[in-house]
Amino acid sequence: MHATGGAIRINGTPVEPPADPRVSLLDFLRETLGLHGTKKGCNQGGCGACTLLVDGERIVSCLALAVQYAGRDVVTIEALPDGDELHPLQQAFIDHDGFQCGYCTPGQICSAIGMAGELERGVPSHVTGDLSADRIALTDDELRERMSGNLCRCGAHNGIVSAIAETHRAGRLTTPSTTSAGTAAR
Amino acid sequence: MKPFTYTRAGDVAEAVRAGVAPGAKYLGGGTNLVDLMRETIEQPTALVDVTGLSSEVKRLPGGGLLIGAAVRNTELATHREVRARYPVLSRAVVAGASAQIRNMATVGGNMLQRTRCAYFYDAEGARCNKRVPGQGCDAVEGFNRMHAILGASPACVATHPSDLCVALAALDAVVHLHGPQGVRTVPLTELHRLPGDHPETETVLHRGELITEVELPPLSWAANSTYRKVRDRASYAFALVSVAAALDVHDGVVRNVRVALGGVAHKPWRARTAEAALIGGPATVPAFRAAADAEMAAARPLRDNEFKIELAARTITAVLSELAGGAR
Repeated sequence: MHATGGAIRINGTPVEPPADPRVSLLDFLRETLGLHGTKKGCNQGGCGACTLLVDGERIVSCLALAVQYAGRDVVTIEALPDGDELHPLQQAFIDHDGFQCGYCTPGQICSAIGMAGELERGVPSHVTGDLSADRIALTDDELRERMSGNLCRCGAHNGIVSAIAETHRAGRLTTPSTTSAGTAAR
Repeated sequence: MKPFTYTRAGDVAEAVRAGVAPGAKYLGGGTNLVDLMRETIEQPTALVDVTGLSSEVKRLPGGGLLIGAAVRNTELATHREVRARYPVLSRAVVAGASAQIRNMATVGGNMLQRTRCAYFYDAEGARCNKRVPGQGCDAVEGFNRMHAILGASPACVATHPSDLCVALAALDAVVHLHGPQGVRTVPLTELHRLPGDHPETETVLHRGELITEVELPPLSWAANSTYRKVRDRASYAFALVSVAAALDVHDGVVRNVRVALGGVAHKPWRARTAEAALIGGPATVPAFRAAADAEMAAARPLRDNEFKIELAARTITAVLSELAGGAR
């Protein structure tokens, strides 16, 4: 029995988990590490504002105890741009008016990238007709259902859907390869 | 949140040694427990992380599947054999929560999640016999549109929120437990209790007992199965009523059938009365409806949820009709 499993890799940089096991991954990022890109909305798993990627999969970081993520690879919105160049999905959100206040945007973007991986792996959704498909096409219904864990109170959903659909069509809903390769955090 | 210690269990024996201590709780994905701890409804003094244990889906010699308790919901819904042989299970999983939460939540944790009754959650403003045994229940006379119509008691009218468990109930799943006194198995339909006078005791688990696996019997005809969830919005909401069903029809006659309901009771509700009425009878809509009505004869509505009786009957009928290939 052991208390921890080593460091958490956050945007490629190993970080010791907090000593207090009560600290959520979200609070650890924001309050301890000063990474404010991941947002706190409802803090009870209902809104998706705190969505980030762990080992390539999207989770809500408000319900995640940071100590549980020792040894895992965490990618936040901060790691998505390539230097001064925005991630293609960030640019698409601007091009398609995918936000107004912007508070839900980092969560939306991380969630969409996680979603693309799920489609590749054949993860079914509530609206998937054929459960035997090993790879699922991103129809409009699939996109809306799969992004239903991310709320936008400004009502920018149509722009969000367009931005994600366009970036997915272009095959660019991916994380930069550097983020999980152990290089420095951006 | 009250302070607690955190440890990761390296194996089941280690987990159970730590889990039997007073105040200890097992931690899966945390999607329900962490929230309840923040609300101070749960106040464990020790968390034993069991996400490193049994996270495989294994095929059993007889053809069944053995699902590790630490398997994530997404993984379960995506597993090739689950999709092909137990579609009701895949469909139930993806009808619940959001993609993010399904990526975190484990099978064991899903089974032990607690009710979403608003009065249970309102620690400061409402009475609840689950939170404080003997305190009284504000849901019985309160806003109880979401609450139980079957098997409730004057002490508690809460519903079990799981979708996954409804499918497991229909499939006759068996839960494998490991406790201080050794191992045992319990049918999923007997894991959760009806509230009676003690709604604070929600399962038959003994102190320190850990769910290690869930076993699905071979059940070849479950390939013809599905899950339908009726809710207030199209996605990401708890069930008003849900139906898990599997159907085997031969020459227009029901040879075998399984029906379980969610959103209607303190536990996943296996509709055995409906099943008994259906077996050997015609696979027609009037027969499906009659069986659904027979099941609902035991329903006792509250002030705000009488609609659930008709909704459940119609949903059972519609799902069976779909599984019978659009029977009329």
